[in-house]
Amino acid sequence: MAALRLYSVGKAAHTVLNHAARPVAIAASRTFWKQVSPPDPSYEWRDMTDKAANTIFILEICKGLGITLSMLFKEPATLNYPFEKGPLSPRFRGEHCLRRYPSGEERCIACKLCEAICPAQAITIEAEPRADGSRRTTRYDIDMTKCIFCGFCQEACPVDAIVEGPNFEYSTETHEELLYNKEKLLDNGDRWEPEIAANLQADYLYR
Amino acid sequence: MMHLLICILINYLLVMVAMAFFTLLERKVLGYIQIRKGPNKVSLMGLPQPFADVIKLFTKEVSFPSSSNLYPFIFSPMMGLALALLFWSLYPYSSPLFFPMYGALLFLCISSLNVYATLIAGWASNSKYALLGAIRSIAQTISYEVSMALILLSALIILLSFNLILMTSSQWSSISLLLPPLFMIWFITTLAETNRTPFDLSEGESELVSGFNVEFSAGSFALIFMAEYTNILTMSLFTSVFFFGMIPLGIFTDIPLVLKTMFFAFLFIWVRGTLPRMRYDKLMNLAWKSFLPLSLSMMILSTSLIIII
Repeated sequence: MAALRLYSVGKAAHTVLNHAARPVAIAASRTFWKQVSPPDPSYEWRDMTDKAANTIFILEICKGLGITLSMLFKEPATLNYPFEKGPLSPRFRGEHCLRRYPSGEERCIACKLCEAICPAQAITIEAEPRADGSRRTTRYDIDMTKCIFCGFCQEACPVDAIVEGPNFEYSTETHEELLYNKEKLLDNGDRWEPEIAANLQADYLYR
Repeated sequence: MMHLLICILINYLLVMVAMAFFTLLERKVLGYIQIRKGPNKVSLMGLPQPFADVIKLFTKEVSFPSSSNLYPFIFSPMMGLALALLFWSLYPYSSPLFFPMYGALLFLCISSLNVYATLIAGWASNSKYALLGAIRSIAQTISYEVSMALILLSALIILLSFNLILMTSSQWSSISLLLPPLFMIWFITTLAETNRTPFDLSEGESELVSGFNVEFSAGSFALIFMAEYTNILTMSLFTSVFFFGMIPLGIFTDIPLVLKTMFFAFLFIWVRGTLPRMRYDKLMNLAWKSFLPLSLSMMILSTSLIIII
């Protein structure tokens, strides 16, 4: 016990001395090493013959070939796109639509919240009071080539007038065709109303 | 004479068709290995896809780099395809048109000449990527050709013939059963010879833009690829001729040969779907430090086998 005590004191003294000497030492002394490289392979006859057999009969490559062959008979994950389409979330943000009330009156009240929030400044609105005194837009343009499909416009809209519908197949051949005006947006709304209503219904609890 | 010429032309035409459908097979098999469908849109299940590709490539505008050596640039893809097709005049029909006594030697000659097509293509396009790709590919092909000749020689020592037709019609046993390691290194060497996947160092997307064929487009590009795929079919044909014996089946003798060739062609694709590209120094180590000693010792072994028997 005493010997152990003496040893540990000696060790402590050694550490203290080491620490004291460190500022004047040329190289920092390391007392602890850790081997991080993979250990050497075993040189037992058994392991060596195993490894040699593995190499000569390319066993691992054969295993790989087996795996690829089994994949050959698996059902492909391909969606046959124009004929099959993947599932869409009710929150999917696709082509924009302007909706109407069931009476046929357009929902938009020209509050310009969407225009204000649009980070890409893709929306342009001009408004005037209509003959019956209600405030309506005279111009509602969305530059679809500017739009980043963030969905802020439909979040901002107090009357659910502007929504991003589930349609994502509206590619055109010219830039001009993607500069949507009010007419086009309302037309979209009429065309996609059933889907949009279903999506809003599916998601209203979480809004 | 005219008769012979027409027969050879028909032969080449059929080889081209086989090559076209082989490209389709490759795309399909690789697709299904990666759990996706290959090309399936062109009319019935995508079957005429190769013809669509050919029409597209040959109707494209041909562009020549301004700094290229024009005549070799045009000449090299044609030379590649011509050499690849030349192999097929050696096809061992059961009722042959002509009877080349030293077919195996002709095979070696043509496969050595094949390097020049790559060399000229890489040199004539006068681009650093093409040149580097060509140099890599040539170094690889030449290295593997050394062991390929030795392997072939040990097979020929056992077969005791240079004649491919005799070889197929009267092979007493298949060499792949007699010396399986010989067949294995032969197959790996053919992979390297045709610049196929574990050894396709002539094409490096990351370091060379595409390889020795960067500057080629349209028709000449198509010719390079046709040559490559014809070479694969050729190599699988000669693998089955040299290493797999044929049981004479009367008029059906040709069918097993075709089936074996198809199997090896499939194996080429299968290996491509499985293995990643090898590092260049490992490739060279494999050729000079493993295959060369192995094929030399195999040659000694086969010679002693013949002497003992």
